[in-house]
Amino acid sequence: MDVSEFHESFFEEAGELLDGMETQLLALDLAHPDPEQLNAIFRAAHSIKGGAGTFGFEALQRTTHLLENLLDAARRGELTLRRDLVDIFLETKDMLDDQLDAYRQGQTPDPEALERICAVLQRLAKEEIDAAGAAKAEAEPAKPTARKATAKKAALAKPSKKSARKKTAPSSASGMPAYRVMLLGVNDKDRDLLIEELGRLGQIESRHSEGDCHEVVLVSSESAADIEAVMCFIVEPEQLKIEAVVAESAPDAEAPAPESMPEPEPVAKAPAPVEVEAVVAATPAVDAKSAARPASTHGESSLRVPVNKVDHIINLVGELIITQSMLNQAVGKLNASVHANLVAGINLLERNARDLQEAVMSVRMVPMDNVFSRFPRLVRDLAAKLDKDVELVTGGRSTELDKSLTEQIVDPLTHLVRNSLDHGIEHPDEREVAGKPRTGTLTLSAEHQGGNIVIEVSDDGAGLNRAKILAKARERGMNVSDAMSDEDVWQLIFAPGFSTAAQVSNVSGRGVGMDVVKRNIEGMGGHVEVVSRAGQGTTTRVVLPLTLAILDGMSVRVGRETFILPVTAVIESLQPRDQDLHGTAGGDLLLKVREDYLPIVAVHEAMGVSEACADATRAIAVVVQGRGRRYALLVDELVGQQQVVVKNLETNYRKVPGVSAATIMGDGSVALILDVNDLCQIAASQKENGVFADNVFVDDRLRHASHRSSSRHESRSIH
Amino acid sequence: MNPAASIEVRVGDNTGNRQFLVFSLGEEEYAIDILKVQEIRDYDHVTRISNAPDFIKGVANLRGVIVPIVDLRIKFRMENAAYDTNTVVIVVNIGKRVVGVVVDRVSDVMTLAPEQMKPAPEFGVGLPLAYIQGLGDLGGRMLILVDIEKLLTSREMALVDETGESRAA
Repeated sequence: MDVSEFHESFFEEAGELLDGMETQLLALDLAHPDPEQLNAIFRAAHSIKGGAGTFGFEALQRTTHLLENLLDAARRGELTLRRDLVDIFLETKDMLDDQLDAYRQGQTPDPEALERICAVLQRLAKEEIDAAGAAKAEAEPAKPTARKATAKKAALAKPSKKSARKKTAPSSASGMPAYRVMLLGVNDKDRDLLIEELGRLGQIESRHSEGDCHEVVLVSSESAADIEAVMCFIVEPEQLKIEAVVAESAPDAEAPAPESMPEPEPVAKAPAPVEVEAVVAATPAVDAKSAARPASTHGESSLRVPVNKVDHIINLVGELIITQSMLNQAVGKLNASVHANLVAGINLLERNARDLQEAVMSVRMVPMDNVFSRFPRLVRDLAAKLDKDVELVTGGRSTELDKSLTEQIVDPLTHLVRNSLDHGIEHPDEREVAGKPRTGTLTLSAEHQGGNIVIEVSDDGAGLNRAKILAKARERGMNVSDAMSDEDVWQLIFAPGFSTAAQVSNVSGRGVGMDVVKRNIEGMGGHVEVVSRAGQGTTTRVVLPLTLAILDGMSVRVGRETFILPVTAVIESLQPRDQDLHGTAGGDLLLKVREDYLPIVAVHEAMGVSEACADATRAIAVVVQGRGRRYALLVDELVGQQQVVVKNLETNYRKVPGVSAATIMGDGSVALILDVNDLCQIAASQKENGVFADNVFVDDRLRHASHRSSSRHESRSIH
Repeated sequence: MNPAASIEVRVGDNTGNRQFLVFSLGEEEYAIDILKVQEIRDYDHVTRISNAPDFIKGVANLRGVIVPIVDLRIKFRMENAAYDTNTVVIVVNIGKRVVGVVVDRVSDVMTLAPEQMKPAPEFGVGLPLAYIQGLGDLGGRMLILVDIEKLLTSREMALVDETGESRAA
């Protein structure tokens, strides 16, 4: 059988399991570990080990095996968890990630790293478990936590389980368990090969043959399951029998319950459970329970599908909707009483088609949790490295964002978080002096705001240092003055190569940070804002548009054309009265809305639409919020509100000024989605009075735009 | 493929024969490599785009994909760029892009043998030599073999961002 085709799914699954393991490890309450969590962590390691064995990824198998042993001890209460132990587990997890990556790329993982981590785990196993085991044997009541877990387990299994769980009887001076490996009906060539393999796993004490049964006694630190895993590449499971060599009366329990736990698909094809006789009888009760659990923890498993397939489905559903509305129109002309069945059917079709569309669209959206879940580990490690106490708070984890954006946002966010930890949050002592709690708080949150998603990284640290930034800017020869507003000063940190860190650390301060963050985010069509107050902290807001996503759109008519406005940008709409319209010297119109005078931008002028209503009092003014400013857009008519699929214009065409994207309407035609940030700038540049100096700048921008050179990036960065 | 101005013979077909889609703009007959053609559809539902040259009619929905529609008749400064029942859009695949090209009429698909493909004359065909692969000689009929990929990705067509940027730079 060629198993390589299953490799990819194993990598995916193992990656997920590792991520899950990390999350669980971080969530562990060390004083009172939740047995469920410990079991989940153990199961993850175990599943990966199984898969690694099946595919012959030895390094991975070896590492997970050692980890699994420790975790097994932990969940049985034989190993008391401490922070440093969790650190080692996390480190092992990283190592497993690396190994996985190496295998994925068809390489062999770094042998040195493997040896190192194995040595650490082995030493840990020896020190911790042996010590704990000894201590427990002597004075059981001294370990209440462990005892409680043990008692619970014991009740589930059978009374003898407690003793069965004792360490495998040492049968040799080395303290390692011994196994009797029986090979049944194996030909001589394979047998020699197997014995050679066994020799690598441990020390062969004795061997003898009896008919076609060949028996080897092996002293090895590996578990029976591992021995089996190695052997099963050569022999069929029924040809192999492994027994622990029992010294005295304690039965071996090195490879207990988990062997019969449900495992991922590829592993299911692995050989039948090891026959460790003494244990098999003891485990059914536990099995029944553990068999039920993975279903719940892995209940939210996912199906991995290439994004273009999903896009294709979205397109097809869009077509279906259009076909459906064509049918609707056709049926509308029929006599409803004569064709009652047809009309009812079409109505049903409409409802189903809409539901289908909604369901399909939601496929692309994933919760921000996918992004945020990466940070607890980062914050934990970094805080430890920097010797700071930091608590991470996350909000809006369920806020949905397009999958492709979640992938792209990770790096910039990581950078912002690092910055906050390194520069923002002070050392506990400094915080105490400043009258703040010793533990700093880092907040990550996400929310939908109009057509945007706003992701905030905020800390309660020292805030940005205005004087320092200005000094640094001067040093770099930038044109700054003390009179600059705070906002302008904060913007300076986004300049390339700008860093005020007193010294370059390996955390941040190399000055290649914020400008890259800004560039990346602008590349996604978003922007970054910084709000900071001395002594109170800094908040960085990343505002991303929901490109590629679904947009709540308000369709408006201008002349004979239809445009879409993002509902999130719309504040209100009204019919301007003559007395509320005020002309200005430049020929501009201002609209008085309650107490505010808002500039008016006529869509037909900005977008060059003919046959539009030129009389403002007969048009509709839609008050919109551009970036940082409010103004009124003049349109002929509000048509309605609907969800639209945002389609990129640049796929086959190029950026169009004033338009963020396009969408497909119910009748199959294309409507342009207006970019309210861009529109007011276009309008401004179209007033060719040149009175204001900055207009020259904007005109320049428009000229670029009309030369088809205006990428989204440029148009966003010039103000 | 190599968009050479001289005539190009595709190897792969032993005979060197190539198939072309023949269409007309006004009185002239043009032909483009059939392999570039994705489909042919009616001219309808085109959404105008502001600040675009006149020959870019706008964008249309092609089964969920938004494609720009270019009217070659306007680009080639032909009179009577009318839209009637014969007007069709040839949807072509150029590189990774899909573009719709408005023409007066699509007549047929022709197979041209190498000897029927002649080099283009230096002038007198109405459009720059760079976009012409050659002339197709069909007895009394003459086909202008257009290098559609080169034509549509040219700066003049203003369909692609990159070319504009490289000029501005």
